[in-house]
Amino acid sequence: MPDHNNTIIKLDGVRKSFGAVHALSGVDLEIRIGEALGIVGHNGAGKSTLMHILAGSLQADTGSISIHDAAPVEGYGIAEAQAAGIRTVFQELSLCPNLTVAENTRIMNPEIKGFNWRSRASRQILDKLDEIFPGHGISANAYVGDLPIAKRQMVEISRAFTSISTPLNLVILDEPTSSLDAIVSEQLLTYVRKFTEAGGSCILISHLLNEILTTTNRIIVMQDGKVVDERATSRFDRDSLVEAMGSVAEHEENGDHAGKVRTREAEPILSVQPNETAGDMVMEIYPGEIVGLAGLSGHGQTETLVDIFLDKRKAGGKSRLPMALVAGDRQVDGIFPLWSIGKNISIASHGEFVRFGLIDHDQEKQLADSWKDKIGIQTPDLENNILSLSGGNQQKALFARALGSTAEMILMDDPMRGVDIGTKQEVYGLLRQEAAQGRTFIWYTTEMNELEHCDHIYVFREGNIVANLTRNELTEQKVLHASFEGG
Amino acid sequence: MEGLLNPRLMRNLLPAFSLTILLILIFYIQPRTMSYLGLNLLLNLALPIAFATLAQMCVMTVNDLDLGIGSFVGFVACVGATFLRDTPAIGILILLGCVGVYAGLGALIHQRNLPSIVVTLGMSFVWLGLALLVLPTPGGKAPDWARAIMTWKTPMVPFTIYASIFVALAVHFLLMRSAYGVVLRGAGGNPRSVERAGWSLLRIKMAMYALAGFFGILSGIALIGLTTSADANIALRYTLLSIAGAILGGGEFVGGRISPIGAVIGATTLTLAGSFLSFLRISPDWQIGAQGGILIIVLALRVLINRMEAK
Repeated sequence: MPDHNNTIIKLDGVRKSFGAVHALSGVDLEIRIGEALGIVGHNGAGKSTLMHILAGSLQADTGSISIHDAAPVEGYGIAEAQAAGIRTVFQELSLCPNLTVAENTRIMNPEIKGFNWRSRASRQILDKLDEIFPGHGISANAYVGDLPIAKRQMVEISRAFTSISTPLNLVILDEPTSSLDAIVSEQLLTYVRKFTEAGGSCILISHLLNEILTTTNRIIVMQDGKVVDERATSRFDRDSLVEAMGSVAEHEENGDHAGKVRTREAEPILSVQPNETAGDMVMEIYPGEIVGLAGLSGHGQTETLVDIFLDKRKAGGKSRLPMALVAGDRQVDGIFPLWSIGKNISIASHGEFVRFGLIDHDQEKQLADSWKDKIGIQTPDLENNILSLSGGNQQKALFARALGSTAEMILMDDPMRGVDIGTKQEVYGLLRQEAAQGRTFIWYTTEMNELEHCDHIYVFREGNIVANLTRNELTEQKVLHASFEGG
Repeated sequence: MEGLLNPRLMRNLLPAFSLTILLILIFYIQPRTMSYLGLNLLLNLALPIAFATLAQMCVMTVNDLDLGIGSFVGFVACVGATFLRDTPAIGILILLGCVGVYAGLGALIHQRNLPSIVVTLGMSFVWLGLALLVLPTPGGKAPDWARAIMTWKTPMVPFTIYASIFVALAVHFLLMRSAYGVVLRGAGGNPRSVERAGWSLLRIKMAMYALAGFFGILSGIALIGLTTSADANIALRYTLLSIAGAILGGGEFVGGRISPIGAVIGATTLTLAGSFLSFLRISPDWQIGAQGGILIIVLALRVLINRMEAK
């Protein structure tokens, strides 16, 4: 079936790592002329990294990229992608808000210049908008910053399809419908079908499986930076697709700790309703539990954690519990980059060792030292700067900060991002140990296998809780079904 | 959202509106200023400040700030009053080198990802030191041609007004209307997006800094054309005046939102504010504070308009 004369771009053994995290671990991919390729996979499967490599905005560590069956391109980058006629609509909007719709079109098309360029750019983008989204109601002179998000996305998609002199071979759409309503989404998908019938190619990434199933010819399933399944779309249906996304973890699931479930007794120490308006499910947290928050990223889990931390949106339970938060984005929200490791650990506990308004340094050092051993931070000296540690060890220091405080409840915002597997195992053990001693954990994670360490799991979608599972009810299938559209 | 109450239109008209109010007040208090000579005296120093403001605005376009522009203008003035008069070839070479240094600053700030305020603040001391080396004590003499241009008796209204209008329109065309100007402003609005479309951010930053250097040079030469002699400390206050002028004219510190016409109007407004306060017989001790007061009033008006827009 693979006829090598009609390949647009071919990836061979492409790998990409960010520090200890392997975002892509050996991807082979071939995109053919006139095909609509769907890519699905859970968070962190490597889809977006793959798109960035195709767009040239990230460079692969190893592996080769070739275009139209020519020899592999050395140093494939943005210019090469553009020359090959590849355009990308990234997940995060990338228009300039201070420019008009027409001016943004000019940024994408260097050919539009010289006398009267403005009216030519306007015509380009308006023609495309009319073609893809009839009745869009967008003016070419409107400033992008003034447009509502859906219209911005429409402009960005249409802009990707404008082309002046280089032929447009492949358009990559990464979650293009995330802020479009159903009617406009359908307009886009119709256009994608038309575009591919006319000989263009398209890559569609979407969490809405129906879109993938109705629009594409071929689907690849990604997991942990690898392509784990690839079939013609006709050979997939909704259930088999969900199954393919979860296949690996299913095999590993007969874990050792899956058996025992804590029985919920007495009163919850906290109950939270993330979305008060929508007669939504209530999340209940009992002392000594590890509660997992699941679902696709950006569906309200972090917001809920922050709200709990700030004591907002509480439906009942005791108020003002001593709490600590372990941040996920440690560079932004976690570490104090100029401070030593010891200071980074003890900052949350300063209140305990203040004497006569001054900090008792001996006690402070004691606390840091004891946690260095307990959690196994690999450093010769806690006086070293925090940045001298590897990412995983920095995260350990942040765990030590939270666990070393007197907090009874610890909130964790996907703290294992970019942490190597060895560190993860150590921290999992520590969490279970601390929970057994009566501490309560609320743990937002995007990694399916981490949910197996939780006593109770709440799945979030669009800011609401859509499923409530105990540990022995937990299967990856159920979480996936709940995370993706209503099913 | 239509018609006169359109917040975007109001925000664009605010600088011109402030200038008009100020002019009306000045004419009311001191009607004799409503003459060729009066306007000339009032607006005399507006042109160098307008050039410095445009320089600042170029740097602001790419989300940076130039804290060295005042000392740079002073340095240019010192070179202008010495080399440029005595040995024009060397003088021109030095000034061209300055544009190169500015482009280099842009490259350094972009490549090493340094905060522009640190680099340009450091450079302000370098410029000041160089200026003192060139002209240790106040003095020198402006080239005759600079003097001739700045004192040119134009018909109807003074030269400053023609020059300001011409420069404002030229820069407006370059940055706001031309196809490449869009890319330059886009780099302030969303650098990543511009880079992903295949443009070199390095070149954009270098271009904007070089342009800032160019306007800095025009500012220095215009200044000695008026004062006839130079002094290393002659333009130190331009740093803050240029920032205030660019913001007053409708620009913003980040996001590539700039207005060249507004910047020239803003610079003129600031120049007039000083005269206005003198006419009110406010003692010079209080003038700086009162000038700040005017700035606060205009910016508060802008916040009000923005709030209207947010609704």
